[in-house]
Amino acid sequence: MILLLMPVIQIVLFGFALSQEVKDTKVVVLANTSDDATRRIIDRVDASEYFDVAVVAHNSNDIDAAFRDGKAKLAMVFEDHFSENLKHTGKAHIQLIADATDPNAATSFLFYASNIITNYQQDLSPTQTNSGLITPEVKMLYNPQMKSAFNFVPGVLGMIMILICAMMTSIAIVREKEMGTMEILLVSPMRPIYTILSKIAPYFVLSVINFATIMLLSVFVLKVPIAGSFISLLTVSLLYIFVALSLGLLISTLTSSQLAAMMISGMGLMIPVMLLSGMIFPIENMPVFLRFISNFVPARWYIDAVKTIMIKGHGLGAVLKDVGVLVLMGTVLVTISLKKFKVRLS
Amino acid sequence: MIKYLLKKEFKQIIRNPFLPKMIFMFPLMVLLVFPWAASYEIRNLNLSVIDNDHSTFSKRLTQTITSSNYFRLTDESASYNQALKSIEKNKADIILEIPADFEKNIINREGTKVMISANAVNGMKGGIGMTYLSTIIANFNLTLISELYPEMAKSNSSVIQIDSQYRFNKNLNYQVFMVPALMVMILTLLCGFLPAMSIVFEKELGTMEQINVSPVPKITFILAKLIPFWLIGFIAITIGFLVAWLDYGLIPVGHFYIIYTFAAIYIFAISGMGIVISNYAQTLQQAVFIVFFFMMLFIMLSGLYTPVDSMPDWAQWIAAFNPLKHLMIVMRSIYLKGSNFIQLGGELAALLGFAVFFNGLAVWSYRKNN
Repeated sequence: MILLLMPVIQIVLFGFALSQEVKDTKVVVLANTSDDATRRIIDRVDASEYFDVAVVAHNSNDIDAAFRDGKAKLAMVFEDHFSENLKHTGKAHIQLIADATDPNAATSFLFYASNIITNYQQDLSPTQTNSGLITPEVKMLYNPQMKSAFNFVPGVLGMIMILICAMMTSIAIVREKEMGTMEILLVSPMRPIYTILSKIAPYFVLSVINFATIMLLSVFVLKVPIAGSFISLLTVSLLYIFVALSLGLLISTLTSSQLAAMMISGMGLMIPVMLLSGMIFPIENMPVFLRFISNFVPARWYIDAVKTIMIKGHGLGAVLKDVGVLVLMGTVLVTISLKKFKVRLS
Repeated sequence: MIKYLLKKEFKQIIRNPFLPKMIFMFPLMVLLVFPWAASYEIRNLNLSVIDNDHSTFSKRLTQTITSSNYFRLTDESASYNQALKSIEKNKADIILEIPADFEKNIINREGTKVMISANAVNGMKGGIGMTYLSTIIANFNLTLISELYPEMAKSNSSVIQIDSQYRFNKNLNYQVFMVPALMVMILTLLCGFLPAMSIVFEKELGTMEQINVSPVPKITFILAKLIPFWLIGFIAITIGFLVAWLDYGLIPVGHFYIIYTFAAIYIFAISGMGIVISNYAQTLQQAVFIVFFFMMLFIMLSGLYTPVDSMPDWAQWIAAFNPLKHLMIVMRSIYLKGSNFIQLGGELAALLGFAVFFNGLAVWSYRKNN
């Protein structure tokens, strides 16, 4: 039950809740002389979708307090006689102070706020062309609305599959060992490979169902289209499921208690998958050592391949490297776990 | 009575081959590795430049961009298609196309356009890269104006000068943002998972029956289960303080005693939640999965990675019932801004509420007879 529900909830959460877009950020304003220009700028800031003027401060202590209370994340400080200065001397100062507790958010706050002020200034004197000697024209490739779902859908896919295939398989097999029923299965005339295959089968089916749910959800609810061919996406996914299953098999041959299997899959799989697969955090920014380790995380290659096929819309040819690595990993894992398994038999 | 129960709990923890090691190793591991890996610090974006002009100005622009810390020039492509190829191969994150008449149009004041195309598969990264690049170009624009047409800059009828400042974290260091939040995560995982397992573990072992037939009052038994986790939490958070100070040079601006007070309430709340789960779960596996599920939800909606303010309203509403979110705010505020009790009053009330609720539920839902 939880296994079928988890991907749904995760997809919805990741897709909708995890965004870093600037929206209704609370602003504290300090304007000692309330005049025409300050009021207009404040109105503009308030009217924009990015900001919400929440507090009016009377001195700089108020600003500090607003930051400490968490009532505001950005402060706009107008100098005294702002409007007059603007008219007479042609120069006026605004100070923007961002709460940089969250560095990336702070960068965006300042960027958007400066843009609003610059726009105001341009509207003030439309004849001026000098500010636009070079105008940047921006295009966001593959994901024009910058939806976070585009990044998270492949990531959640990668995580759910490894969770279900590797973790659940290993726990299921180890449970038989713990209960002693494994011995019975092994002495039965069935060949061990069939025992294993039948243990794996339900989880294989489960992951295929999950794959389908995630795909349906992402296309119809999150509106993340499958830009490439579905067949190649399916091929890569089946390959990944195979790798994950063999990983689960390996874990189950190495451990003897459910708790240990759970710990190994939890510590050894979940954390690396979440951290080092590029699912949430870009790998390129990591120190060399962690980037090196990330090469051994299967999810990293799978997520990369899914992004290329599903979001960017390329064919299998573009992901040959990812596929190659996954095949290699699968082969190595299966070989090791089959060897280990035979040792146990003797 | 409680003395003996506590003795039993501590013995169980110490005799466990795994637990004592985990209490020390887990905070160390998380704090030493996570801030490096879990970083959204966007630096060293790979830039591909298509310079159709090959003029002094276009070269200067490229140089200005690469001399900033944010961009690394990976290649100079001859055409847009070629640049697009390097984006497809993940060799470049962002493309800057400089048109052919770049210099000419600047000199004859006609104005010119440059094209920025960012790879937005990761929307956040693309957006921030675009922000950086636009800002650099805007600054370059201003420099050019004051260099080429000083009279224009002067005759400018009105200029609003914007002076930007980053408060509390001047260098925009991402680790400063992550480390206090990670301490919350450590507390949550240790003091949430372990209590959840503890009662189920006794159920599976069968020792639960013995407790049930003993005259121990329910509240004493729950309390004896909770107190060890208080101690564990305090050890873990103290290790966290040490690592933050030694490895990242982070010392809270506010007071330690405020953090400890909040941590005490929080541990009480979160381990109470763990106990509730373990009261209901039948097997260890069930307990772990339920806790895992809630932890996932809590961590995602806590503002650890993405600001709660950016979430849709329904998610913000759920987040208000998330103890993690409140402690996360508390930790960051105390560490970076030096907030005090009064300023964090709302969070204090919320956490106290959770503590009372979960522990009340824990005592109530613990049944001696099945």
